[in-house]
Amino acid sequence: MLWLLFFLVTAIRADLCQPDAENAFKVRLSIRTALGDKAYAWDRNEEYLFKAMVAFSMRKVPNRETTEISHVLLCNVTQRVSFWFVVTDPSRNHTLPAVEVQSAIRMNRNRINNAFFLNDQTLEFLRIPPTFAPPTDPSVPIWIIIFGVIFCIVLVATMLLILSGIRQHRRVKILHCPFQASAVNNQCHFGKNKGPSEMEDTEDKCENVITIENGIPCDPLDMKGGHINDAFVTEDERLTPL
Amino acid sequence: MAGAPGPAPPAEGGGEARPAWDNKLQYLLSCVGFAVGLGNLWRFPYLCQTYGGGAFLIPYVIALAFEGIPLFHIELAIGQRLRRGSIGVWTAISPYLGGVGLGCFTVSFLVSLYYNAILAWVLWYLLNSFQHPLPWGACPPDLNRTGLVQECRDSSPVSYFWYRRTLNVSADISDSGPLQWRLLLCLAASWAVVYLCVIRGIETTGKAIYFTALFPYLVLTVFLVRGLTLPGAMEGLTYLFTPDMQVLQNPRVWLDAATQIFFSLSLAFGGHIAFASYNQPRNNCRRDAVSVALVNSMTSLYASIAVFSVLGFKAASDHGQCLDRNILRLINAFDLPEQSVSRDDYAAALARLNASQPARVAGLPLEVCRLEDFLDKSASGTGLAFIVFTEAVLHMPGAPVWAVLFFGMLYSLGLSSMFGNMESMTTPLLDLGVMPRRVPKEALTGLACLLCFLTSSCFTLRSGSYWLEIFDQYAAALNLILLAFFEVVGVVYIYGMKRLCDDIAWMTGRRPGFYWRVTWKVVSPLLLLTIFVAYVALLASSPPGYKAWNPQYERFPSRQEKPYPGWVLAACALLSFLPTLWVPVVALGQLLARCREKTRNPPQDGRPKPQGSRAC
Repeated sequence: MLWLLFFLVTAIRADLCQPDAENAFKVRLSIRTALGDKAYAWDRNEEYLFKAMVAFSMRKVPNRETTEISHVLLCNVTQRVSFWFVVTDPSRNHTLPAVEVQSAIRMNRNRINNAFFLNDQTLEFLRIPPTFAPPTDPSVPIWIIIFGVIFCIVLVATMLLILSGIRQHRRVKILHCPFQASAVNNQCHFGKNKGPSEMEDTEDKCENVITIENGIPCDPLDMKGGHINDAFVTEDERLTPL
Repeated sequence: MAGAPGPAPPAEGGGEARPAWDNKLQYLLSCVGFAVGLGNLWRFPYLCQTYGGGAFLIPYVIALAFEGIPLFHIELAIGQRLRRGSIGVWTAISPYLGGVGLGCFTVSFLVSLYYNAILAWVLWYLLNSFQHPLPWGACPPDLNRTGLVQECRDSSPVSYFWYRRTLNVSADISDSGPLQWRLLLCLAASWAVVYLCVIRGIETTGKAIYFTALFPYLVLTVFLVRGLTLPGAMEGLTYLFTPDMQVLQNPRVWLDAATQIFFSLSLAFGGHIAFASYNQPRNNCRRDAVSVALVNSMTSLYASIAVFSVLGFKAASDHGQCLDRNILRLINAFDLPEQSVSRDDYAAALARLNASQPARVAGLPLEVCRLEDFLDKSASGTGLAFIVFTEAVLHMPGAPVWAVLFFGMLYSLGLSSMFGNMESMTTPLLDLGVMPRRVPKEALTGLACLLCFLTSSCFTLRSGSYWLEIFDQYAAALNLILLAFFEVVGVVYIYGMKRLCDDIAWMTGRRPGFYWRVTWKVVSPLLLLTIFVAYVALLASSPPGYKAWNPQYERFPSRQEKPYPGWVLAACALLSFLPTLWVPVVALGQLLARCREKTRNPPQDGRPKPQGSRAC
């Protein structure tokens, strides 16, 4: 009699857990993909842990705090490592509704994943969609920071160039004086890159009379430490005062 | 010839000398930088692959020898001889040809607008490369966090980042949408960088060019070395360079080779004329032309080797993932142990399962994985840079570093071309004396950059990328070919072949030989005319339309083909003809002005008639 009851019970329980049964979920693990060499073998102890995690998740649901490990049934374990499971109520005659099991698993997905060193892609609950973690955006996007740095550098460099241009412009104004133009002539040549043959061309000599070469003004003699020859008469002294 | 006095140069305005290059290297690097641009990287490899690999080099070299180098030599020669920007040069050759210079000026303006918009996109990607993981690697979760964003799931993370997060593209060109502030910021930064570098003309670009012209070569070498060590690189390279001689019978190949050489050397912009005008009068421009053109073509080849080794790696990696997906489907369906079927065993395992359970196997959604299909997925233009290559970079270890290097290289390639564009605009303006002498050069370039920035902000609208394609296809292509034709004809027939040969002999020490004279007189003008006619025929054969990115399209992620609305077609026509219209307009204007002058002051006794007044 007892044996008959036992067989009946296991038959009922076997009926409860079947592929595509009502309220049954398929689970698929990809341990070797996730862990490579450190992969563990899937044996009955791991199955026990899985049942424990599912029972733990169900105990967190209100009205289901009395769920035991024995209420979780596993079946059809394959070499892939995939299996089906159901959660029964304390009477072990009915399975719990799929919606409850689904919400319980979703709330504790992270704990279940971590117990097996897996993640949402390698521990799949088919028909239970994962909840994505909120995107970890920093408060200030990185591109704005780098943009700010580059833009500031460019602005500062532009300001420097404009200011130095203004300063040179002012110095050029001081220089525009015919006497000093010819005297500082020689100092202009080091900026140019001409071969000796080109010095003979008459047209090039005409171009030499200007004080600005390459936009670089020639510095006045006194700033270069040169000497102004006082033997030459300056403009204002040429006219004898009456 | 050596002792004869040289021809008198055109008088310089005011008392200031013309700026000059610090040394020859700056000038050569500027020309190389202007010629070597984004097209060398993302157009030439695509053409090589589409048109039978190594066989494409034959029409390419022929076009280089008979079209590219002769035209280039002419530009450098007249710029160096007449020492003026594009407008001044053509006015000096003949007042009736001033329109050619104005046309070049207008085309440079239009091109710099959209070229810097592309650089703004590159800058955006560059700024986003400084993070790990890269933002185009994964789809973001949707609003209630149950899945990924629908648009991203249907296409791919890389496409989603490009079309949605970067461009935020609208589904139709008429739907302009608001300005995208992110792109506007990047555009402002881009123009600020350009202004910083061209602020004092060649004085500042000459310093900047050392970096912007040489950095891309460094990065290309790094990519080449890295690319060749990646698995699958060799397959990519053999696929690229395996010649298919049959393809040479297709006339399209010759047309594309000729246009590629033409646009690759950046001819008819006026930029090379401007650069050469700052040279010493006696400089061997023939040697410069040949060397710069050869460097440009060598760079194209070098870049395509680097690009295709990386793309071969990507194809091999995609093929491997396709096989892995199929293997996973098999394992899941038949509950086989994990990793029991390797990539090499896949075909055998599939055959075994198909023999034993064909019905179940037929029910599986297995993909067809062929390496050739993945290698065939080529792209050119922005598709290559922002979709295909960014995806390839994702698979390389240390992805952010490679992304930074790649986009940095793209940016400096484009920046050195922008220098040439800006110079071709500012040099004529300075020569014409548009601003009073008191106004410093910095103000002129600043004004030019500001104007260009404000105008090009239209490319940051949601429909901006569609407009950019229009500008690229219609504003640049046809006008440049026509202007180059007028250039050659103007120099050879109006300036005079004898005068040109005398000038070149004075500048370089040797008269141009038979090859140069034949190509200038006959071959190049004929080639240009043929290219123009063929191009127009090609544009006319297919109704003008564009490919829109429409998530609501039933065949999404394929792009939806849409025709242009009427007002857009009018804009296309305007862009196609406006720059070249300057040529007849100015010629007519000059004719009328001469006529009026003749009727107002009839020539007195014996005074020889001025040239060109045979009419009226």
